[in-house]
Amino acid sequence: MMKPLLEVEDLRVRFHLRTGTIEAVRGVSFQLGRERLGIVGESGSGKSQTGRAILGLTPPPGEVTAKRLAFDGIDLQTASKRTLREMRGGRISMVMQDPKYSLNPVMTIGEQIIEAYQAHAKTGRAEARDKALAMLEAVKMRDPQRVFSLYPHEVSGGMGQRAMIAMMLVTDPDLLIADEPTSALDVTVSMEVLRILDELVSERGMGLIFISHDLKLVSSFCDRVLVMYAGRVVEELEAKNLREAKHPYTQGLMRCLPTLANDVHPLPTLNRDPSWAL
Amino acid sequence: MASSIANGGGGHDALRFYLTKTAQFVFVLATTLLGLVAVTFFIGRIVPIDPVLAIVGDRAPPAVYARVRQELGLDLPLIQQFWIYLRKAVTGDFGNSVLTTNPVMTDIANTFPATFELATLGTLIGTLIGIPLGVLAAVKRGSLIDQFVRFIGLAGYSIPIFWLGLMSLLLFYAKLGWVPGPGRIDVTYSYLYTPVTNIVLLDTAMQGQWDAFWDAVSHIILPACLLGYFSLAYISRMTRSFMLNELAQEYVIAARVKGLSEMRVIWRHALRNAAVPLVTVIALSYANLLEGSVLTETVFAWPGLGQYITNSLQNADMNAVLGGTLVIGTVFVLLNLVSDLLYRLLDPRTR
Repeated sequence: MMKPLLEVEDLRVRFHLRTGTIEAVRGVSFQLGRERLGIVGESGSGKSQTGRAILGLTPPPGEVTAKRLAFDGIDLQTASKRTLREMRGGRISMVMQDPKYSLNPVMTIGEQIIEAYQAHAKTGRAEARDKALAMLEAVKMRDPQRVFSLYPHEVSGGMGQRAMIAMMLVTDPDLLIADEPTSALDVTVSMEVLRILDELVSERGMGLIFISHDLKLVSSFCDRVLVMYAGRVVEELEAKNLREAKHPYTQGLMRCLPTLANDVHPLPTLNRDPSWAL
Repeated sequence: MASSIANGGGGHDALRFYLTKTAQFVFVLATTLLGLVAVTFFIGRIVPIDPVLAIVGDRAPPAVYARVRQELGLDLPLIQQFWIYLRKAVTGDFGNSVLTTNPVMTDIANTFPATFELATLGTLIGTLIGIPLGVLAAVKRGSLIDQFVRFIGLAGYSIPIFWLGLMSLLLFYAKLGWVPGPGRIDVTYSYLYTPVTNIVLLDTAMQGQWDAFWDAVSHIILPACLLGYFSLAYISRMTRSFMLNELAQEYVIAARVKGLSEMRVIWRHALRNAAVPLVTVIALSYANLLEGSVLTETVFAWPGLGQYITNSLQNADMNAVLGGTLVIGTVFVLLNLVSDLLYRLLDPRTR
């Protein structure tokens, strides 16, 4: 295996609240090359907080510790604020869940893409504009010129998410974290967005962390899957070997999936073993 | 509306849109003012105050009383009186003030600019300091700065303005002598310029009377700061809560993901969104000050609209009260219009 792009060892995210300390991520470790890693887990399993901790965007009063948290050999824990900011957007980027909320409602889509580009590339406005338009074309906008000058509320969810992808990839980052990028979209649109994401990630040879609660989607989209439960990675496996999952939680999840071939009524539910969370 | 966006604000549609909007505005202005006149007029006539008595005094012979009553038109039926008043009001004639014997219009032209000057300066101070303070408090939530801003806000709400006014006069005028006493300008300077707009700062500056200008500045600075403080208390509090709301939004995280500087995230992304509701807050607070702050004007002997209306009311000078009320009504409607337009400018979703 080549030198890893991202090294995470014993990552912990804690929130110190008045009512006590909550550990949302409890010792997650993994390495990532220029490959596609899926992180699956239910709500509150810590998958999104893992993604945000890598970007250094854990919301206050959260606290992040790790034995090692490094990107391309740069220690993210000791890096200066400036270095971190250059990493964010420049080398690590993130596509968020719902474009309705993740795009600034009072700025045009074009403005927001230009801003992302100019935060990292010292270029004039004309060049940034060309780049933004090219990026809008890359995410298959039918009329990039028009979309460029539209406000987020004037586009559909699918277009918004494609604009979001354009904005986050305009700087050619090495790693993209996609945090439930299709959960807010309906099925047909979501397939289209995934196809575009797939194409761009392959084309640019980026590393991808795909965070989702959809086990099937993740296994079809990624090379490797981390299954998270209660802040821990309970299982790590190759996506194609998902059927051979060893951990009872993963097995349980697999059993809950409906299939067309064998119609099971009622679908089994997950019986949680308290020992999984230990 | 939607179609004018679709075709890039095409000329014909846009023109029709603005014409309808203007017509709508004129209609709203007219009906609001008519309602305001009606309510104020009838209340003024119904209250058990006899304006005739206020003029002739209670020892006037009945013949004089009757003549004055007829001259004022008070012997006519109420509805006819209202009609006459309306017809005159349309031409800008609001009758004469009993108290000053001037036409009400002249009095307002003298007093409103004084209030306008003070309110504008107060709002400017409140906005220019209040917004940054509110932003800072929201960004550093729970810190010492936040506590400080919240304390300032709370104090601004709870301290009576006349008390703070008197105390500031005591300190800065009586003890320290940093500012001149009450009034708009020193008597020695008051003949150095001709009142054109009656906004002293503007008149003196336009006529190049810089000594007089600076004297006026030193007169207005204390009351303006005082009003500014009270509008600051309100504006900073509202800014803080709007900003807290915006800073928790996903697009702020997205802006950070993009690697933007924290300054840009706060001022360009979050504040630009918070600015939309802030417009209303500032417009309302400005409108309140334009109404004339009676207490401040009284403490600082500021010949403004608030004092004028209050005096008139106490002396049953109904023409003056009616005229003043109409001015305030117009101000409110106009400020509403301005904040509507600003809304459109700031929030593309309302276009």
